[in-house]
Amino acid sequence: MSLDISFIGILIGSIMASSVPLILAASGELITERSGVLNLGVEGMMIIGAISGFALMVITDNLFIAIIGSMLSGVIISLIFGFLTQSLLTNHVATGLALTIFGIGLSAMLGKDFVGIPGKDFPILFSSLRESIPFFGPILFGHSIILYFAFVLPFLTNYFLKKTKLGLVVRAVGDSPISASNQGINVILVRYCCILYGGGMCGLAGAYLSLIYTPQWIENMTAGRGWIALALVVFATWSPIKVLIGAIIFGGISILQLHMQAVGFRIPVQFLIALPYLMTIIVLVVISRDSRKIKLNTPTSLGRIFYKEK
Amino acid sequence: MEDLLIKIEKRNDVPTTLYFLTPFIAIILTIVGGGIIFYTLGFNPIEALKFYFITPISNLYGFSELLLKATPLCLIAIGLSFCFKSNNWNIGAEGQLTFGAIVGGGVALLFYNQEGFYILPLIIIAGAIGGMIFALIPAILKTYFNTNEILVSLMLVYVSKLILDYLVVGPWSNPEGFNFPETRQFSDSARMPLLFESLRIHAGIFIALAAVLVGWFVLYKTYLGFQIKVSGLSLKTAKYAGFKGKTMILIVFMISGACAGLAGVGEITGPIGQLHRMISPDYGFTAIIVAFLGRLNPFGIIFASLVVSLTYLGAETAQIFLQIPQYTGQVFQGMILFFLLASDYLLFFKIKFLNLKKNELGH
Repeated sequence: MSLDISFIGILIGSIMASSVPLILAASGELITERSGVLNLGVEGMMIIGAISGFALMVITDNLFIAIIGSMLSGVIISLIFGFLTQSLLTNHVATGLALTIFGIGLSAMLGKDFVGIPGKDFPILFSSLRESIPFFGPILFGHSIILYFAFVLPFLTNYFLKKTKLGLVVRAVGDSPISASNQGINVILVRYCCILYGGGMCGLAGAYLSLIYTPQWIENMTAGRGWIALALVVFATWSPIKVLIGAIIFGGISILQLHMQAVGFRIPVQFLIALPYLMTIIVLVVISRDSRKIKLNTPTSLGRIFYKEK
Repeated sequence: MEDLLIKIEKRNDVPTTLYFLTPFIAIILTIVGGGIIFYTLGFNPIEALKFYFITPISNLYGFSELLLKATPLCLIAIGLSFCFKSNNWNIGAEGQLTFGAIVGGGVALLFYNQEGFYILPLIIIAGAIGGMIFALIPAILKTYFNTNEILVSLMLVYVSKLILDYLVVGPWSNPEGFNFPETRQFSDSARMPLLFESLRIHAGIFIALAAVLVGWFVLYKTYLGFQIKVSGLSLKTAKYAGFKGKTMILIVFMISGACAGLAGVGEITGPIGQLHRMISPDYGFTAIIVAFLGRLNPFGIIFASLVVSLTYLGAETAQIFLQIPQYTGQVFQGMILFFLLASDYLLFFKIKFLNLKKNELGH
């Protein structure tokens, strides 16, 4: 019996680990979307973060530089999106798609000399406690610092949006850019900042994959997680705490699917993998049907171009 | 003292020449940008670009491959132009392509051991219907539940790919196929006729060309096309004019889905000849670039599909000769769209250089 309990503990621990990239990317995208910008480039920014983090780790042999560098590369690549959508007023959807397509291509190009190089062990915290405490050990301890950060991030994001003045500014810009602008808020600047922040978080999410989760570089290794993160923001109806819950559900499905494959379960695994997408569509329908519900958290100006006559 | 003032003004009318000129500017900038990337990666940029854009079409086989890959891109982009022109953001053409291929492929598998002239038309119709049905999901959700079509159509891409995956490893997998994730080979009657011996270009190209002509006719010569264009320009005007918005949304999605479904069928009955996991190298997403590059104009789309098709071929050639990963094609595709969108700024805004004397400013 004790064996079963410890197995469940390990299972929960691995679900948490698989949800980390989703939490990071979705929390970043959530801030971007709350400012009224729809960036479909999440997948592209993540994969750029993954290759730059891994490449910097191999070149400098320093994990700190690798992590910071991956976030910076996410920021830089999201700057392309920011410049196009905010300064040149391009369509958000098309620009975001271009960013994803471009990012996947560029990462493969940059990463061609890094395929097959083994990764490095990432330091984990409290590893002694992990073994000594049954059940709770593998859940609470023995993770990387990025995981702990990811699980705190939604609460920080929630605090930022609800309790700080800057958070209010972000929401105002997303809900009504024209009145925000009339209040003297620099809408374009706020949106730039939110886009770059989203890029940084997506970069970090990518680095988590290539440095910690599966420590190596594989072409296209984000494998659609960016799109799931995008779905997650909608699934969570733009609420940071629900992002955390949704990420655990979506991450849980991906882990469960592996275990069911291993024991030869009869439900087709494809159905399980499709669940996050189907659940997102259902949530979308439920919240969109009732206009009051969607107005609660949805940034009203999402995806719309803001232009102020100078 | 002279002061150079730059003033940016919104244009009231977009000059037509500039409208069709900017795609060429975008292509040139992409080639320059690609050269710079090749150079920074340590390749001779001229040589690399030659392998990319000239070598692939320097013989008849290469030219046939160019048309082969341009066919689905052109078809899907024609369909998408209906959606985009009316401000409906269907970005799930990849899913509609996949589902069309599933339905069409299902019909093909029913007749796997039969021959007959009626088989191929049945498959083609089934594929178009499959794509249409799949595109109706985001359309119905948008019209009746006010759901965002961008997100729904995107999510459905993955759903359709997983359905295909389930079918080819499960119930539809080839019983004599040693558990490979693929179906039986289709019968000869289920294959698109080849146009030339030993080249892969097939009759599907005529479907694409027909779509161009029909698309042009509907968009520019019919009342429906007029409605679509007006709705794209201003939803308020369209409502004021009394157009039935909901019906139009359903129609443009159905057209778009049918085109994507046809593209899917063209692939499986053309070069592939069976169903497996990799029936499309993201044609559905790349076609979005084609639609934009072709300025949502049916004839512009023909040209754009050839350009984008060349990036696919170039990537293959560069992989063989320069050992550059095939994904580089996407770098070029992404860049084309970046530059195109950026150059649109020239269209909608006028940059005025005002050369004023200081004393003039004082007045």
